Amino acid sequence: MEPLIDTSRYPVTNAIGDFIRASMPGPMAELTNIVLAVVSLLAVVGLTPVALIWMERKVAAHFQARLGPMRVGYHGLLQPLADGIKLIFKEVMKPEGADTFVFFLAPILSATASFMVLTVVPFDHHLQVTDVGGGVLYVIAVAGLGIMGVLLAGWSSNNKYSLLGAMRSGAQMISYEISLALLMLLIVLLSGTASLREIVFSQAGTVLDWWIFKFPLFGFVTFVLFLISSTAELNRAPFDMAEAESELTGGFSTEYSGISFAMFFLAEFVNMFVAAALTTTFFLGGFLAPQFGLAPLDRMLDAIPGFIWFFLKSYSVIFIYMWFRWTFPRPRVDQLMNLEWKILVPANFFLLLIAGFFVVMGWL
Amino acid sequence: MADQQTASPVVTTENGIALAVPPGFNIKRREGHTDEYFLNMGPQHPSTHGVLRLMLRMDGENVLEVVPHLGYIHRGLEKIGENQTYLQNIHLTDRLDYLSSFMNNLALCLTIEKAMGIGVPERGEYIRVMACELQRIQSHLLWWGVFGMDLGAITSFLYGFKEREMITDIFEEMCGARLTMNFFRPGGSFVDVPDTFIPRVKAVVEKMKTAIDEYDTLLTNNVIMHLRTKGIGVLSAEAALAYGCSGPVLRGSGVALDVRRSDPYSIYDRFDFDIPVGTVGDCFDRYKVRMEEMRQSIRILEQAVRYFPGGPHRSPRIANYKVPAGSHYSQVETARGLLGVYLEADGGPKPYRIKYRTPSFSNLSVLNDLAAGHKIADLVPIIATLDVVIPDIDR
Repeated sequence: MEPLIDTSRYPVTNAIGDFIRASMPGPMAELTNIVLAVVSLLAVVGLTPVALIWMERKVAAHFQARLGPMRVGYHGLLQPLADGIKLIFKEVMKPEGADTFVFFLAPILSATASFMVLTVVPFDHHLQVTDVGGGVLYVIAVAGLGIMGVLLAGWSSNNKYSLLGAMRSGAQMISYEISLALLMLLIVLLSGTASLREIVFSQAGTVLDWWIFKFPLFGFVTFVLFLISSTAELNRAPFDMAEAESELTGGFSTEYSGISFAMFFLAEFVNMFVAAALTTTFFLGGFLAPQFGLAPLDRMLDAIPGFIWFFLKSYSVIFIYMWFRWTFPRPRVDQLMNLEWKILVPANFFLLLIAGFFVVMGWL
Repeated sequence: MADQQTASPVVTTENGIALAVPPGFNIKRREGHTDEYFLNMGPQHPSTHGVLRLMLRMDGENVLEVVPHLGYIHRGLEKIGENQTYLQNIHLTDRLDYLSSFMNNLALCLTIEKAMGIGVPERGEYIRVMACELQRIQSHLLWWGVFGMDLGAITSFLYGFKEREMITDIFEEMCGARLTMNFFRPGGSFVDVPDTFIPRVKAVVEKMKTAIDEYDTLLTNNVIMHLRTKGIGVLSAEAALAYGCSGPVLRGSGVALDVRRSDPYSIYDRFDFDIPVGTVGDCFDRYKVRMEEMRQSIRILEQAVRYFPGGPHRSPRIANYKVPAGSHYSQVETARGLLGVYLEADGGPKPYRIKYRTPSFSNLSVLNDLAAGHKIADLVPIIATLDVVIPDIDR
């Protein structure tokens, strides 16, 4: 099959990348570009949790009729920094009888996995580290690595609460991976490509061409199911069985402190951003500006750079995740499994069937 | 409870590992199953509400047996009480169930009044009833918030505290304390209520009417909440009576026993209120009973505000309270159930022996019956709906 885009121009397909390619000899330009891409991703990984921690604390506070952090910086803007510094300076403790190597490997693994998904996320027309042809498959594969971190953390901590949390999260994430994969497959079926960039371009046009609206009615259902599944996959409240602080004190992360806990913390927030980014890419037109079919308005919206739209949409989805977290009680672990295997999986298969029917009939 | 046994028996597992069994368990090995294990829950655990320590015998996520261990906050209040005068004993009752300190004060004052034949003026009685009912709401609000938090809905905690704060402020203005009140004295209360008391109570009553509906929207009508509480921890009426449960735990099982109605003290017989009861006796019923009790307390407060009289707030003080020799008993309905004060007096200024029959102790004793066979996640709402206060158990 013919490659849909010119992959030789990756990574960094924007003006900076072209400038480096023009000014340096071939192999060196490639290397510089890769380093640039990784550094900019690191910046995203580093700054996203900072923004999200502040946002989470503020959203939680306002849901709970209070103000949240107000003292460190303007409206507590520097609070995440204070949190981070506190965590870095805390003693890293290892419980007696813990498996040292695995115990310290687990948080790194967790953070790495969430970092790796970001490489295929299209932030803008020319802002994507690499566009793998089977991007969706890559996302599913790499996201699975994150479970390893949680499982190993629980297993190596030598703590029964951690172990219970890890087993829960293992069962939960593997189950919800299935419905997440089915939903991604549905989008692949609709858009006819597995490359994330191409999926975004398949939604070009007006707002009604986004998959959330374009696939009539079912698109919205798919969107909601995707939100539910990704919340469970993220191990976030109300599906935070692995942590479940009221039952398991801290679940898999009970024994972690200092910077090794911060790694899990970081992974959680980056994962949330990744999930929101994927939701945006699959359903909300990714970096495309919303178009309403009104020429003057559309031109104005289009003038705003794509990555701003991308972050705007992603953060709106993140707000929904936070809304979930601060409103709902937590179901029991077996009820969560029931939800997955008895409701979500059959529903996803049904949606896949409908989508196939639509595609075959050429209604989309 | 369980610490009486000294030597712990040892079971040998199939692969030859000797496993020390914590005291209080009757462990059985089952054929062809996963190994059971013990889990220590508490005294430092987010949902054991203080320093309750539970030893759990577990099979995976399933709880097979629960043995509570007590004594982590035992202060010997009953023994201390023997060396304190009757008035000095009142502040010790604050420390029983710190969320019902007014009612605890009242229980001791009633015993002394009954024994010495001290009367209470009309205004004093109204102050007592209103303070107690305000505190019942306050206590249930804290319980509601914490219950939500135990289920993972942290927001409810803050919502419960918002209205609770209004009530706590009233108490602060009344007696200077927000938690340990030490307010009632034999014959009334140690000071009169301020002029702002009635307007502030009116404001709380108005606020609570809408607030409880808000709580229903936030938690009661949530489908996940129903999944987590319906059919969980079913306590039959017979078992509840046999264990000596009282308060919302007993009423949740369908037994309409409330000391305010069955053995009216103070002026509770003048007020019109209902006793909510459950049908099944599960966590949801106990939850509903407490929510309804808040509404009933509001009804009592409304009536009390309407008829609040003037006059003195306490009968003339006595320099030295000397309870006549003999046994004296009286009981009140606290937010957690029946609190009985049994007083053995020798005619001196100090009690010879004082015994508190506290509701949380009996209510906790049903824990194993309720939790065995459920998941560890269900143990949390079960403990929460039993609403035990640990200092009330340990005294």
